[in-house]
Amino acid sequence: MSDGKPLHLIRDGKLIVDEWLVADGVSPAPTGVPTLLPLAIWLEQRAELLAEKSANGKPLGVWLAPTDEPSVLADDLAALDLVAVHFPKFADGRGYSTASLLRQRYGYTGELRAFGDVGRDQLFYLARVGFDSFLISEGRDAAAALNAFNDFPEVYQSANDQSLPLFRRRAA
Amino acid sequence: MYRYDRHDHAIVQARVAQFRDQSARHQRGELSDDEFRPLRLQNGLYIQRHAPMLRVAIPYGMLSSTQMRRLAHITRTYDRGYGHFTTRQNLQINWPTLESAPDILAELAEVEMHAIQTSGNCIRNITTDHFAGMAADEIVDPRPWAEILRQWSTFHPEFAYLPRKFKIAVSGTTQDRAAILVHDIGLQLVIDDSGETGFTVFVGGGLGRTPLIGKKIREFLPWQHLLTYCEAILRVYNRFGRRDNLYKARIKILVKALGSEEFSRQVESEWAHLKDSPATLTEAEVTRVTAQFSAPAYAALPAEDAAHKARLAEDKAFARWVERNVHAHRVTGYAAVTLSLKTPGLPPGDATDKQMDAVASLADAYSYGEIRVSHEQNLVLADVRQSDLFALWQAARAIRLASPTIGLLTDMIVCPGGDFCSLANAKSLPIAAAIQARFNELDYLHDIGDLSLNISGCMNSCGHHHLAGIGILGVDKNGAEWYQITIGGRQGNAAQIGDVIGKSFAAQDVPDVIEKLIVTYIAERLEGEPFADTVQRVGMQPFRERAYGKVAHKAELALELENV
Repeated sequence: MSDGKPLHLIRDGKLIVDEWLVADGVSPAPTGVPTLLPLAIWLEQRAELLAEKSANGKPLGVWLAPTDEPSVLADDLAALDLVAVHFPKFADGRGYSTASLLRQRYGYTGELRAFGDVGRDQLFYLARVGFDSFLISEGRDAAAALNAFNDFPEVYQSANDQSLPLFRRRAA
Repeated sequence: MYRYDRHDHAIVQARVAQFRDQSARHQRGELSDDEFRPLRLQNGLYIQRHAPMLRVAIPYGMLSSTQMRRLAHITRTYDRGYGHFTTRQNLQINWPTLESAPDILAELAEVEMHAIQTSGNCIRNITTDHFAGMAADEIVDPRPWAEILRQWSTFHPEFAYLPRKFKIAVSGTTQDRAAILVHDIGLQLVIDDSGETGFTVFVGGGLGRTPLIGKKIREFLPWQHLLTYCEAILRVYNRFGRRDNLYKARIKILVKALGSEEFSRQVESEWAHLKDSPATLTEAEVTRVTAQFSAPAYAALPAEDAAHKARLAEDKAFARWVERNVHAHRVTGYAAVTLSLKTPGLPPGDATDKQMDAVASLADAYSYGEIRVSHEQNLVLADVRQSDLFALWQAARAIRLASPTIGLLTDMIVCPGGDFCSLANAKSLPIAAAIQARFNELDYLHDIGDLSLNISGCMNSCGHHHLAGIGILGVDKNGAEWYQITIGGRQGNAAQIGDVIGKSFAAQDVPDVIEKLIVTYIAERLEGEPFADTVQRVGMQPFRERAYGKVAHKAELALELENV
């Protein structure tokens, strides 16, 4: 616990405090705290925000909805401190492809966060496609969720976490 | 057949442990029903009308006798002593408890089986031809490719939460017996002019509410690229398939909306990035998997066994069974045998624990210990010596699996329907039983000849009614069960969706209507002409006129009453 608030963010296999706020693009974005901006706002204010960052080092983060096209961010990824992908429902699997593309096609190496309807039983797959931080939704046991990363001792496919499919490693 | 190595074992064992934990969390109230649903579905566990239903995966329909015995044991120990073989070559048991599901999965894992992804919006069991490996018209054995796809699709991290379920079928023969044109991806193995193995790729076929025949999106895909190309198809579907409407979420709707050329363009453009990545198949892996499907040690046998020939001449019942249930084999002196799960009076596709045990023993005695499940819901012993056919027939008769009706009207594909399934609008088993009872004359059935009749209890079309010469679909009209009939459908290379003949019928009229359709066919057909060809040639009218001649009045009346 920190400041009486439960810890819901998993990063590097640990529970930590979430420093980021999420702007929904409707209410004005708060100032002074690191804020994840919706893609549309980012694209609109991109130049000023980049200038601000180079002036005062303010961290930059953008979140993508399932329908957002990750290629739009391709040129900005190096400047971003955090990219988050929203899961409005855990059964909406578009974010898994978004993550694969960000990591494998557009070469994003910074923190990639899953948030929204995110719980223990999605973590193994989320980690495989390239997420490395996970905001466990409220009401779920984030501490217990830490176990999910060890659900399987072996995997068949290549993905972001494993560059070789099992058949290439079997042969070795 | 494929044997697990330590990696395969470890993965399936881990799944059992994972599901045991998920079940326990659900029972403790830590996982809501909504959260638990997709998790249990991806382990084949449905909540049905009376009890949970567990669907066990039978990858590409192949079972060892050991596995078959374990299935018998499971139905005996955890269920009511029977199971239902499905059109996707799986086995469903209808009465397990939720609490016992993890134990059942553990029992399956011990014999290299599982229920992984047999339901849910993910990549389902990979299916193929039940005569794979022994068919005379085989170009390439599809089973190694199906196994390679099974491994690739098992727990694929990117494709576990697709818009809707996703089914892949592989055919390795010139005559398609795997219904590849009505799958989300249909793969036809081919060898090109330079002798290279590859696949013709079809996408967007399917039955259900919007029946569509798959579109060819690639003429020749060299084998090395099988997985990366499928990955490209799945990625396009995962990103752009509709998620706003359950009935429009299958890939076929996306392919239809974009047009197959545009869909194909998007896949190729995605694939350009994935091509030649480490997921590209290697010669070593294909060799490793193919080696596990090597042919059994066939003996050198005469083309004709004298004793067999004599039996055929003197025993009419045996000869009839051989005519319908025994199939040509590429190896001289051998044959494939279909054990019919369409015994009159029993639900089509069902087998009891005793029958499963007995089939396992027959497989050991006569067919190298292997059994296949056909998508027509029968069991196949694929490698039987001609000289053993008579003994096998007698043994099959003793366990009531020798109905000599393969390919005939009563060899129906039937879903479990409203008696079991909570999705169904109408029952299918009593309709099947009534038709079985009406057409119980073997001579008449044989005179009618090859004719498929399939029954689905609802639009989800698990009974493949669209693809049958005569298809029956259960519909709900103001809470009453009615049956819509289609004719002229066919499966295979020239797969075709049947046309609805008109207003639907009450259950008690269905056998009469079927009989009228048959009478019309017999009157209209040319010598040797299959049912669907006759329908195509003479049109719907003669069938329609005959079918509605007497019952039209009743159907009209019912409709009028409904509209009051």
